[in-house]
Amino acid sequence: MINLAIEVGKTSTPEAVLFWFLAPLAVIAALGMLLSKKAVHSAILLAWIMITLAIFYIAQDAVFLGIVQIVVYTGAVMMLFLFILMLVGVDSADSLKETIPGLRPIAITAAIGFGGLMLSLLGRATLGHGMVGLADANAEGNVPALSQLLFSRYVWPFEVVSALLITAALGAMVLAHNHRLIARPTQRDLSIARFRGESLANAAGLPNPGVYALHNAVDVPALLPDGTASEASVSAMLKARGDVIDSKPFQLIELTDEEGEK
Amino acid sequence: MNAANYLYVSALLFTIGAIGVVVRRNAIVVFMCVELMLNAANLAFVTFARINGNLDGQVMAFFTMVVAACEVVVGLAIIVTIYRSRRSASVDDASLLKR
Repeated sequence: MINLAIEVGKTSTPEAVLFWFLAPLAVIAALGMLLSKKAVHSAILLAWIMITLAIFYIAQDAVFLGIVQIVVYTGAVMMLFLFILMLVGVDSADSLKETIPGLRPIAITAAIGFGGLMLSLLGRATLGHGMVGLADANAEGNVPALSQLLFSRYVWPFEVVSALLITAALGAMVLAHNHRLIARPTQRDLSIARFRGESLANAAGLPNPGVYALHNAVDVPALLPDGTASEASVSAMLKARGDVIDSKPFQLIELTDEEGEK
Repeated sequence: MNAANYLYVSALLFTIGAIGVVVRRNAIVVFMCVELMLNAANLAFVTFARINGNLDGQVMAFFTMVVAACEVVVGLAIIVTIYRSRRSASVDDASLLKR
């Protein structure tokens, strides 16, 4: 009961400066992640928190873990998150309206209670010794020391974890695989459908965008012989994204009598 | 500065992550908050490894990272599957059993 955890050991001054600079930033980024409406902003802030933690690891003589943290978390995991965000839709902002009434006050009260409990617990806990430091344990270097532990005392958990990784990869493949309920239409099927359809108007294919218009670009509708814009000439994907230029300015102007005489 | 400050940061980050898991509704953000909680636990592991002067804590943090990677892979696959059938990534929309 001599050493309280709060006086567990002094660190060097540069590390203290690093800590007091980065730790508030990490906590602010975490709060921002919690409060930001868009999932992409949350992802970027989480990537920043992970980089901060990697710096903390390196500052605490866990060089290998620091590098792994950057490679695995900010590299692989966050890219996976962003990839899925792109797949699901970046624009789908999370509505912050609570659906379960009274959930938010209860959650925040419980979290403040839990956090206060953790902090007071840390403040009162005793370890019975001061900070030992990793100078002895890391004498041969961090990676050799870690690998010696990993392949001697922790070899069984290591193997189990590798089996877990393979299982997770297989599970993700099974989950992400989807069966086609109907066969994919072949080119022949599409061709037959075009000619046996309701009208033959599009049998020769849809008009290309930009034809006879002022610009020859994919987002400019083609002009029909009467000067109106053809909606069928622009890709439906562009229309759904709202990237189609308004066709009004590109339509032919009604010829007035004076111009008609010329 | 004493080394226990890292533990306080870890506790704070864990608490913020826990609030996020309960309060947020976008499944992807919920997953990010779970990742934040795992990372906070890792920071505590690394700090305790340093305080105690052995590397067991770092090995544990390494295992946590592997488990977190597995969790992300399977979880995001589940999110994509749900999104494919329900066109939504909100955790409150997946309530088919209720109706």
